[in-house]
Amino acid sequence: VKITIEERIGLKHGAGGRAMRSLIQQLLADGFPADPEDGIGLSAMDDGAALRLGDQWLVITTDSHVIQPIFFPGGDIGRLSVSGTVNDLAMMGATEVLGLTSAIIIEEGFPRISLERIQRSILDTCLEAGTTVVTGDTKVMGNGELDGVVLNTTGIALTKRVIPDNGLRPGDRILVTGTLGDHGLAIMASRHGLELDGDLRSDVAPLNQLIRVALEADGDNGVVAMKDPTRGGLASALHEMAEKSGVGIVLEELEVPVSPVVRAAGELLGIDPLHIANEGKAVLGVRPESVERVIEALHRHPLGREAAIVGTCIPDHRGSVILDTGFGKRLLSEPEGEPLPRIC
Amino acid sequence: MHVCGSHEQAIAKFGLRSTFPRDLNIIMGPGCPVCITDTPEVDEAVVLASQGVHVATYGDMVRVRGTVKSLGDVQAEGANVHVVYSVAQAVELAREMSEELVFFASGFETTAVATAAIVVKGVPDNFSVLSAHKYIPPVMEIVAEMPETKVEGFLAAGHAATITGWGIFEPFVERHGIPVVVAGFEPLDILSGLVKLLELIRDGRKQVVNMFPRCVTRAGNLVAQEQLWKVFRPVGGRWRGIAHVPNGNLRLRDEWAHVDTRRRFRIDVSTLWDYAPPALVQDCICGDIMAGIASPTQCKLFGRDCLPETPVGACMVSSEGTCKIWYQYGGHPDLRGVLNPPAGAESPARLRRGFGGSAEASRGESERRRKGEPEPSALGSSRARSEGALGSAMAWGPAALNGVAAS
Repeated sequence: VKITIEERIGLKHGAGGRAMRSLIQQLLADGFPADPEDGIGLSAMDDGAALRLGDQWLVITTDSHVIQPIFFPGGDIGRLSVSGTVNDLAMMGATEVLGLTSAIIIEEGFPRISLERIQRSILDTCLEAGTTVVTGDTKVMGNGELDGVVLNTTGIALTKRVIPDNGLRPGDRILVTGTLGDHGLAIMASRHGLELDGDLRSDVAPLNQLIRVALEADGDNGVVAMKDPTRGGLASALHEMAEKSGVGIVLEELEVPVSPVVRAAGELLGIDPLHIANEGKAVLGVRPESVERVIEALHRHPLGREAAIVGTCIPDHRGSVILDTGFGKRLLSEPEGEPLPRIC
Repeated sequence: MHVCGSHEQAIAKFGLRSTFPRDLNIIMGPGCPVCITDTPEVDEAVVLASQGVHVATYGDMVRVRGTVKSLGDVQAEGANVHVVYSVAQAVELAREMSEELVFFASGFETTAVATAAIVVKGVPDNFSVLSAHKYIPPVMEIVAEMPETKVEGFLAAGHAATITGWGIFEPFVERHGIPVVVAGFEPLDILSGLVKLLELIRDGRKQVVNMFPRCVTRAGNLVAQEQLWKVFRPVGGRWRGIAHVPNGNLRLRDEWAHVDTRRRFRIDVSTLWDYAPPALVQDCICGDIMAGIASPTQCKLFGRDCLPETPVGACMVSSEGTCKIWYQYGGHPDLRGVLNPPAGAESPARLRRGFGGSAEASRGESERRRKGEPEPSALGSSRARSEGALGSAMAWGPAALNGVAAS
């Protein structure tokens, strides 16, 4: 496998931007030539795979979770692993989750009580998402061979219609299901011990119920593309959707919901909330004629109360995301590497 | 030309260039203190740190390379390099240790004032200042006299003028016949400053206008000036990539010799001179960029070999450097036509309803129409969203903006 001329993997290869996508491309997509005959495989680089099963699609996705700190304001690694997997399935249009697997790799010396807390959190989050863990695995590694605990979760679900992330056409509107930047800034603040006034909490949550509501809002035809803006934030998600769909996207900065505490913390740390991870939000591409019905449906769900229409697809500037700041326009850059607070 | 990284930050961040008329070119001059810190000055700090002296400095300075190494490089090799946010924090650090601590001080007069104030107040015996502070007014003269530059007006930095006062630019205007407008840093401050500057250019009026009166006075902050000149004296020196600038460097006066690192240590930077500079550096055009002669996209390294993670030139290191800002905010593409209707075809409000506005905004507008209320003016509304704010403001005549500037 050819990696890059740098020949070493850096943290930026996991940060959600261009470096990560090219690594995945070279490591996985180029290495396995055959996509399934009928369905979505690795080469689509979507949130998961879709395999034909009679008149339905079997959607499958897998996700590994490492996070410091393991317990953070608003959630923990257990809630994160269930939500991440359920959300990847939901982003393919598969909101009825058949079951999850849970593999846990634990460092020698890890407190048992923390493990039980993680397990309870996995269970609670499964209940929220209307699913359960159907099989699992544990491994223990020596002290120092691993940082605490690593979780891997695989999920499967059935759906009649697969929503890809490349379905945008000029004229389509871009919706987000709520405020952006909460998870990334909550983690950063707790990791760097920043004491900020206000309730800075991760938004980590399973979104399948919310997405079902959005999909059903307009006879199952309105939503044409979806992506969860995790690592790399809204900027990365929009870049990927624009590139794959062959459209440009104009994002209206003043319409993007950002909570006051996230905005303030972002200004303080020199970090753009559009560049950092969310774990309980989705970006939806919606046909213009359906947009009112979809946004109204989102507003009725507790996780979608702050949903907003934030952008529009255009035929030119393909693959670019243009930010309209209210004063003027500029390109929205894609984050390269982990955003670091202005403290080093 | 503006001479301030904060102005460039705001212009890029808010996408103001996309609203400028096509024949208006706003360039950033030598406005980034990190970028114009000269190689030998960085070398002095690097040599001290590698000899075991504790060096404290601002974050961006750590990554700027001198002849061979940056402070970050020698830190990785085990040197004691501390990142601080303020000179006060460096003094605190010195109080907590018995070893010598050198504060590598960069920044323009705005930052130098803080250094001066703390020196006057008194510092511990183990604390000294390695000054790389710079003084902006003289370099404006240099840029104005460069034969290649075609600067027709200067936008001066509001925060620096808060200290020096706007009166300081009057002799400059007299000598060079180039108008100067002092402007603040909010988008409307910058736009109104530019409109005023363009009016001065159009009318051939060679004068200084203060468009930041809520902070800047003619005389400036006299207490700060007194402390600044009590501690520092201006001397000539090189600015990286620009030129030798007479009176452009701020050095400690003789009565503060005991606080002056250069007089407390013998710093021998010649040990670094045996090394040839890395090949890439020879292609770096930071100097031309800071002189306003070239733009980052004219550099063959920009965005390819020179990235924020692996900067070649100082302009890519600092968050106030032109290259870093252009890279961060997507460069300088022509976005003027994006989502704009043909000229005069639609009002901004209709454009907004058609493409951009939220459901709420559209509702608000239709409600206004029902009630027969007038539309809020694009620049006057609290959520100003004008297409081509400056272009249209100029078309409306200066009166439209004067109200904004005064409010």
